[in-house]
Amino acid sequence: MPVDESLAEARRVLGICNVCGYCNGFCDLFESAKRRPALTDTDLAHLANLCHGCRNCLYACQYAPPHVFAVNVPRALARTRQRNDAEYAWPRAWSGLLAQEPRIALLVTGGAIGLLLGIVLIGVPPETLFAAHAGAGAFYRILPWWVMVLIGVLPLGWSLLAIGTGLRRYWRATGAPEPITAPVLWSAVRDVLTLRNQRGGGPGCNDLDDRPSHWRRWLHQTLLLGLLLCLVATLTAGLYHHFLGWQAPYPWLSLPVVFGTLGGIAMTIAALGLAWLQRREDRTPTDPAARAADRAFLAQLFLVAATGLALLAWRATPAMGLLLAFHLGSVLAFFLLLPYGKFVHGGYRFLALVNEAMDRRRGDARARGP
Amino acid sequence: MRAILPGLSPASGLLPTQPDVLVIGGGAAALCAAIAARRAGASVLLLEEAPRWLRGGNTRHSRNLRVMHESPSPLSVGVYPDAEFASDLQRATGGTTDPALARRLIQGSAEIADWLAGAGVLFQPTASGVLPPSRKTAFLLGGGTAMVNALYATAERLGVLIRYGGAVRDPRIGQGHLDRIHCQQGSDTRTLQPRTVIVCCGGSQANRDWLRDQWGDAADGFINRGTPFATGEVLHALLRQGALPVGDPRGAYLVAVDARSPNDDGGIVTRVRCMPAGIVVDASGRRIHDEGGDTASTRYALWGQRLAACPGQIAYLILDARGLREAPPSLYPPLAAENIAGLATRLEIPAAALAETVARYNAAVRPPVAGADDSDWRTDGLEPPKSRHARPLIEPPFGAWPMRPGITFTYFGIAVDADTRVRLRDGGTVENLFAAGMIMAPNLIGRGYVSGLALTIGCVFGRIAGAEAARHARG
Ligand SMILES: Cc1cc2nc3c(=O)[nH]c(=O)nc-3n(C[C@H](O)[C@H](O)[C@H](O)COP(=O)(O)OP(=O)(O)OC[C@H]3O[C@@H](n4cnc5c(N)ncnc54)[C@H](O)[C@@H]3O)c2cc1C
Ligand code: HEM
Ligand code: SF4
Ligand code: SF4
Repeated sequence: MPVDESLAEARRVLGICNVCGYCNGFCDLFESAKRRPALTDTDLAHLANLCHGCRNCLYACQYAPPHVFAVNVPRALARTRQRNDAEYAWPRAWSGLLAQEPRIALLVTGGAIGLLLGIVLIGVPPETLFAAHAGAGAFYRILPWWVMVLIGVLPLGWSLLAIGTGLRRYWRATGAPEPITAPVLWSAVRDVLTLRNQRGGGPGCNDLDDRPSHWRRWLHQTLLLGLLLCLVATLTAGLYHHFLGWQAPYPWLSLPVVFGTLGGIAMTIAALGLAWLQRREDRTPTDPAARAADRAFLAQLFLVAATGLALLAWRATPAMGLLLAFHLGSVLAFFLLLPYGKFVHGGYRFLALVNEAMDRRRGDARARGP
Repeated sequence: MRAILPGLSPASGLLPTQPDVLVIGGGAAALCAAIAARRAGASVLLLEEAPRWLRGGNTRHSRNLRVMHESPSPLSVGVYPDAEFASDLQRATGGTTDPALARRLIQGSAEIADWLAGAGVLFQPTASGVLPPSRKTAFLLGGGTAMVNALYATAERLGVLIRYGGAVRDPRIGQGHLDRIHCQQGSDTRTLQPRTVIVCCGGSQANRDWLRDQWGDAADGFINRGTPFATGEVLHALLRQGALPVGDPRGAYLVAVDARSPNDDGGIVTRVRCMPAGIVVDASGRRIHDEGGDTASTRYALWGQRLAACPGQIAYLILDARGLREAPPSLYPPLAAENIAGLATRLEIPAAALAETVARYNAAVRPPVAGADDSDWRTDGLEPPKSRHARPLIEPPFGAWPMRPGITFTYFGIAVDADTRVRLRDGGTVENLFAAGMIMAPNLIGRGYVSGLALTIGCVFGRIAGAEAARHARG
């Protein structure tokens, strides 16, 4: 759908919701939209990120297609999110990558894995590459420590810069002028931890069809937890390396391995679970492009987690060298694509929740009077 | 519990011809009746004329129910005692309420929220903080369509056989017994001989021919706010077969809706509500009534009746920029123009007449006396007067909402006894025929209305009818 049509449609649909308001018990969106009756482009950017896509308001809507009013809030806002993610991407010229997410993900992931495989196949003598290694520094016999750091730090640094720039632009456009306070932050963090807006006011989302469930919410949080555990694993490994002088691979019961294993398992299960939900869900209400972007991101997460687990399982065998290349290749691609795919929703959504918490507080303050 | 329906798998396309209970309709009343009957052990067939996506009649469009509660509840603030409900009902309906049914309604309302919750319906607690404060009603989470979805899911799970897209016609009553009924699906007509029948198919508000019989040409100017399937075919067939009518055939609950709304099913969002912010003129450009006079919640219905009396059943709410800013969000944007003459052209009404109306109105406007409330702007020496909120219309641009009467339900139905059994004109009842919902609501509301009443009538009497019908069928 061309750019401005998605905004026009979101404006039309939310204009109807602002008259109706029946769904205001499901999530924050409806009251937030009421406070922004003009529904400007930036209002819509904020509202789109506030909608958690649970679809309760679609199944509950007396105007859902094929009604002539054709109200489909989750789809209109998914399209607006797609559009906004591109608008706030940095550098702007690369925003096209987002529109092509599945193809780009495939290309970049294939390229990165190919690159790493090439490096080890060409740069590492076969008797080293296909030997079973054990003990401290085993991985570095395949790839020197500095190469690994380079693979990690360079793309990640770039990606964080790009994401940060996007977020700053987004906040400038949609955010409130006053400073963010600790209670507001805490409120937004709580909303992330519980995915409060995806609870449908209690009963859960319409994951698959017109019956509510909490599956999507739980799986998403499992994924988040998994990613967090992997992050902690990497950080503890970094500490071990720098401050304690211990070299990977670490023993099975060491902190990095325990965190990494749990995180990898959580991510694998959650990514598979979410993909399963996607396959089984009622597709009429969703946007095909947004679904494809979700799938591409899920596939990346799955690849990172699964190759990590495989590396762990077979790290003492001759397969380790190639597995390492596979894993590092998928991590490299994952890092590179962070700003140009589904991952960015985390930041925008967090800021939308912050914004909303500020709005609510302001409303409360007004209600209390000067 | 008996097998779902003897000899027929739910998947088969055939209709069982002799279910214990046949429920006609697919809104709140029908679903509550079907669930209650099924829970009482009866085999139940529910026939909804609408296709699946449009199932649920006017119930799809509703938001809250009126519930008696002697102590504060999470769903409604404060208390709403039995006696207060009774006096509200008495007052609002001008004493047209059948006392025995009113008793059952009020008592039933006290339990209905719990009963519905037990059938999967979700309510929105007042603690959500985003509801209009309500002491007398409870709000459905997500509105009537969410409720309809939940009740269908429960009915299906319990083994109620549900068929969409089949119209019920030609009931045949003989000797105080309903003998048979037809179900039409496309060109296929089937005769059913259910042990008992519950009619829950709403009023006649969607039946243009019938409305024209009552209202004449004015009926063509009406917009039906709800389901196109409430044609009253079964109601009128039963009346022809000797059932006792109740209510006023010309009675209709009308509210002001945007004249650009679809002919059917526009629902809640088509209402035009901000008459006090401007003036209302008819097609000749003249004002028709005091726009600031009504304050009670009945004001919506009053404007519906006024519009029905207008030539061509159309009138225009005229506002200036100030009124437009104050107006609540609307489904359709106002028709706007830089000056009154331009607005008249857009509305296709006589420009000179509209200009004169506005000029005379503006000249008659008096600000509040010092210290009075800001709403106390009024006209002096104008006929009809505007008694409150009479701000002058001077700031361009000007805007207008064209309005027509939107019909919500009719005050004409079928008489029932306290167990919802259908009564006959010549005395007595039909032993195996029950009615619930809007089709029998005129037993309780012959005129007037208070919010949340219709849904409570549907749910409470649906539940009663289901239990009674199952008892009768299982004998
Ligand atoms: C816009 C709007 C908002 C409303 N809001 C509220 C509210 O907030 N609170 C409230 O209490 N009330 C409200 N009402 C009124 C209320 O919704 C209805 O009066 C109530 O739901 C009626 O329930 P019912 O089951 O009797 O009829 P309906 O819900 O109208 O159901 C009638 C059913 O019968 C089916 N049917 C008709 N003829 C046949 C046939 N021949 N064969 C088979 N099936 C047939 C129809 O398809 C339909 O499913 C509102 C009404 C409207 C239009
Ligand atoms: C502030 C933190 C986050 C919030 C509030 C959040 C919220 C959401 C919401 C509401 C959805 C569903 C709607 C949609 O598809 O956009 C979603 C989807 C998704 N999120 Fe997040 N998210 C956050 C962070 C993350 C992170 C860090 C990851 C990566 C591990 C992630 C992975 C996913 C995936 C894969 C989906 C698609 C799931 C599907 O297929 O349905 N999220 N997120
Ligand atoms: S989604 Fe539909 S029912 Fe919900 S608020 Fe919007 S218009 Fe009303
Ligand atoms: S979060 Fe759910 S209920 Fe809220 S707007 Fe999005 S889809 Fe609708």
